[in-house]
Amino acid sequence: MTDRIVAELLSSSPWAEGRAARSRLVEGAEEDGLLDIAYRTVDSPVGPLLLAATPVGLLRVAFAGEGHDGVLAVLAQRVSPRILAAPGRLDEVARQLGQYFDGARRTFDLPMDLRLSRGFRRAVLDRLVATAYGQTVSYAALAAASGSPAAVRAVGSACATNPVPVVVPCHRVVRSDGRLGQYLGGVDAKRTLLDLEAGGGGAPE
Amino acid sequence: MGPGPFEEVVREHAAVVMRVVRALLGPADADDAWSATFLAALEAYPRLRPGSNVGGWLVTIAHRKAVDVLRAGARSPVATGPAPEDAWIDDDGPVERDPALWGALQSLPFKQRAAIVHHHLAGLPYAEVGALVGSTEAAARRAAADGLARLRRAYERRALP
Repeated sequence: MTDRIVAELLSSSPWAEGRAARSRLVEGAEEDGLLDIAYRTVDSPVGPLLLAATPVGLLRVAFAGEGHDGVLAVLAQRVSPRILAAPGRLDEVARQLGQYFDGARRTFDLPMDLRLSRGFRRAVLDRLVATAYGQTVSYAALAAASGSPAAVRAVGSACATNPVPVVVPCHRVVRSDGRLGQYLGGVDAKRTLLDLEAGGGGAPE
Repeated sequence: MGPGPFEEVVREHAAVVMRVVRALLGPADADDAWSATFLAALEAYPRLRPGSNVGGWLVTIAHRKAVDVLRAGARSPVATGPAPEDAWIDDDGPVERDPALWGALQSLPFKQRAAIVHHHLAGLPYAEVGALVGSTEAAARRAAADGLARLRRAYERRALP
């Protein structure tokens, strides 16, 4: 039996927290050094992208197909559970991605936090950053450039586990026989990105 | 397996925490107390024991933050009489649908207000409510019952044309 007054109280308080309260939480977390991971979602020609960053730099870019909730749950385990939706920290990332998709930017100039990638996989990502806009490289050539010519399959899994796709361009890695190969964001996304870069875009900066 | 993303905790418990601080403090100080509650929770969050009752934990923090505000001399003082209804119009968020009722709630003594909010709005058992306000389970139960009776009388007085 619910008291009538209690029912009135419950039904008459439709508040969500105000914008002010929410911003104050995010600001306070930044100031107190508690915002271990800030994230936001941006739209793109390859679908909605989850962007997550630590105070050090960009930590994670995820496609919708990876399941954004699951991605955040993994970050909570592997890095820190102090995770809040806090778009401000990702403003510059969002801005540069927008320019890239507009064809107005060829390289990213962003602080990165690549702690999620280690050892050989990290070496592969470092080599990827050095590839040129509009160019592709084969898995075999990338393996050789990463110091392990036989490790073609390992290069494949390094690409498949790239924590920051699009920004670190694993989409530029293709098969030696000319076929596209796989892509963690789906083959359509790979084609979209390669076509974007082949189109030449705007003037290089 | 540690705790999940804190953002999920905020989403799940934002409304209950807001009800608690609004009921205890009124609209002027509620936002600050809400943020202070979740900020304190964010700090302690990695140390939260698995299987803990997160909602109850947050209400405990919210209660302490509200008491801090009241002790510091809030802009909206602990009312002993009816609060003007204009005080309940809040430009930042949706207007609560029953200012008369929330005004009447604000006119209750703190312990009665706290007992009603923590038990009936936030779902804490009376034993926990007692611990929170520094009294016994029985006293908390009495405070809630007395508070509701007073609230009913005050509300019906206001609602009369």
